[in-house]
Amino acid sequence: MEASKVIHAIYTDDDVLMAAVKRVRAEKHHIEEIYTPFPVHGLDKAMGLAPTRIAITSFMYGCVGLTVAIVMMNYIMIQDWPQNIGGKPSFSYIENMPAFVPIMFELTVFFAAHLMVITFYLRSRMWPFKKAENPDVRTTDDHFLMEIAIHGNEKELTTLLEETGAVEVNIIDKAH
Amino acid sequence: MYTFSNKLKTFSIILMVLGLLGVGYGFMTSHKSFEEVETMLAGETSHGGGHGEAAESHESVAHDEHAAEASHDMDAHGASAEVHADEHAKHVEHVQHQIANRPWSALYVAAFFFMMIALGVLAFYAVQWAAQAGWSPVLFRVMEGITAYLLPGALIVLAIAVASGTSWLGGHYNLFVWMDPEVVAHDELIKGKSGFLNMTGFIIRGLIFIAGWSLYRYYSRKFSIAQDSADNNQNFKKTFRISAAFLVFYIYTESMMSWDWIMSVDPHWFSTLFGWYVFASMFVSGITVIAMFTIYLKSRGYLEFVNDSHLHDLAKFMFAISIFWTYLWFSQFMLIWYSNIPEEVTYFVTRFADYKLPFLGMVVMNFVFPLLVLMNSDYKRIPWFVVMAGIVILAGHYIDVFNMIMPATVGDRWFIGIPELSSICLFAGLFIFITFTALTKAPLLAKGNPFIKESEHFHY
Repeated sequence: MEASKVIHAIYTDDDVLMAAVKRVRAEKHHIEEIYTPFPVHGLDKAMGLAPTRIAITSFMYGCVGLTVAIVMMNYIMIQDWPQNIGGKPSFSYIENMPAFVPIMFELTVFFAAHLMVITFYLRSRMWPFKKAENPDVRTTDDHFLMEIAIHGNEKELTTLLEETGAVEVNIIDKAH
Repeated sequence: MYTFSNKLKTFSIILMVLGLLGVGYGFMTSHKSFEEVETMLAGETSHGGGHGEAAESHESVAHDEHAAEASHDMDAHGASAEVHADEHAKHVEHVQHQIANRPWSALYVAAFFFMMIALGVLAFYAVQWAAQAGWSPVLFRVMEGITAYLLPGALIVLAIAVASGTSWLGGHYNLFVWMDPEVVAHDELIKGKSGFLNMTGFIIRGLIFIAGWSLYRYYSRKFSIAQDSADNNQNFKKTFRISAAFLVFYIYTESMMSWDWIMSVDPHWFSTLFGWYVFASMFVSGITVIAMFTIYLKSRGYLEFVNDSHLHDLAKFMFAISIFWTYLWFSQFMLIWYSNIPEEVTYFVTRFADYKLPFLGMVVMNFVFPLLVLMNSDYKRIPWFVVMAGIVILAGHYIDVFNMIMPATVGDRWFIGIPELSSICLFAGLFIFITFTALTKAPLLAKGNPFIKESEHFHY
């Protein structure tokens, strides 16, 4: 790994940041990361990030939950011990199905919601006691920070970023 | 300004003419004599058992109009030949009546279905005003066009209901058994409800509902058009206020309308969430029709300010209200199935015995299909996808109304044939004709609306 240097451009306005992102992308520089204190609408599109697939995972988890509910209720109520409880028809799953629908629904939602959240945590590497990866504490309050890797074009990048309205441009040595 | 294309106008007139012919044919062929029905029934049962068996299987299915007289079938089997002959005559008369009911019911179901679309759109329109929605003002004129059908449509529904229950207007108590004084005299249950279920009350209530809805429709439309050329927001504020008031009026009258116009076909049966259930059905059909009109008008180049985010929002509503409908449908069904109280459960027993395919098929069309098709966010922006889902949803809700009316009137003598299809054609033609004529009356962009800029730039 090369001992990499990165450049941190700090902005104080999300509109300026958006314009800067478009400019930097137009100049064909690769943006490593952007830190913002709140969601900036349209930033992912401007950065050209791929859309999330988390909704698709959620759909699949929901299908798993539905299957779990059906298999569980079918085994317990129909196969294992088909008792007559208040005259409910426990002869086949379909005959007694309306009584199982609330469980089927809730387990579908439960699996879809919880597994999707866990997927989100895993995928975005968030857990308790995790060391925060914040390059500048001000980015959690009112500053926006754009990080770009330097490949021997320090001067050019600095001028470009200053032109885009950055209030600070810092060159950081990233010790790996 | 929209101009009603000649092709569409001709198409709607052809639909109406074909529909009228078919409806006429339905009425002509439904008056079978006692002997004709007798031969027909003999033909049906010749390869099965004898008469007694057929009669018994018919009596065991709960037909409300005969529940009062049903007590006699306990000793039908062991009784003398005289009683048997009496049984037989009753059975034939019963079937004869069901056959005569069919064109009336077909007409009523179709009339109600199209009225309900207009009423659902009116409710949606009022919600958009009361909520001060920023996305929908570009669609207001489309909604106003569709609600133009409400006044004639609702009057037709009421007229069919009343005509079916008055012998001098051609009907013979074909839809609502409680309109028959003969039945009421022998039926303690209906007698007890006659304080609410009587012809005078039915007509007066119906006229009040229609008057209230039409007044709101008239004034909101008037203010909406006046706002186009106004230099302040006075009309906007007025519409906001009357929309809020209308929604209160609507939720009461819609509920009562569903008891009057639908639930009372089964006067022995009652359900508390029925009004909401009918509401969900009309709301989702209304939103679907808004989406389809929007897609049609946009494809003709009349709505260049409507973008695919508007379509996306409409499709989200179609998706969500379809699920809401299913929630109510299932809640009603499951509560009655679970407790299995005889006086309530007959409603679903008849539907399961005689209407299995439409009853279960409608759940697939109104729930499973929209659930899977409209879940993906990208698909909600594709016009042909939304149209396809919309056609299935509309057909599903027609069958929903069909399932509410038919089992009480024609019982197991149902079929979706010429009377049903031509009634749909007749009212579809009328609906297209009236709504598209109304669309030509005002510019398609409500430009005075204070939210119109936001709506034009709406994106999701």
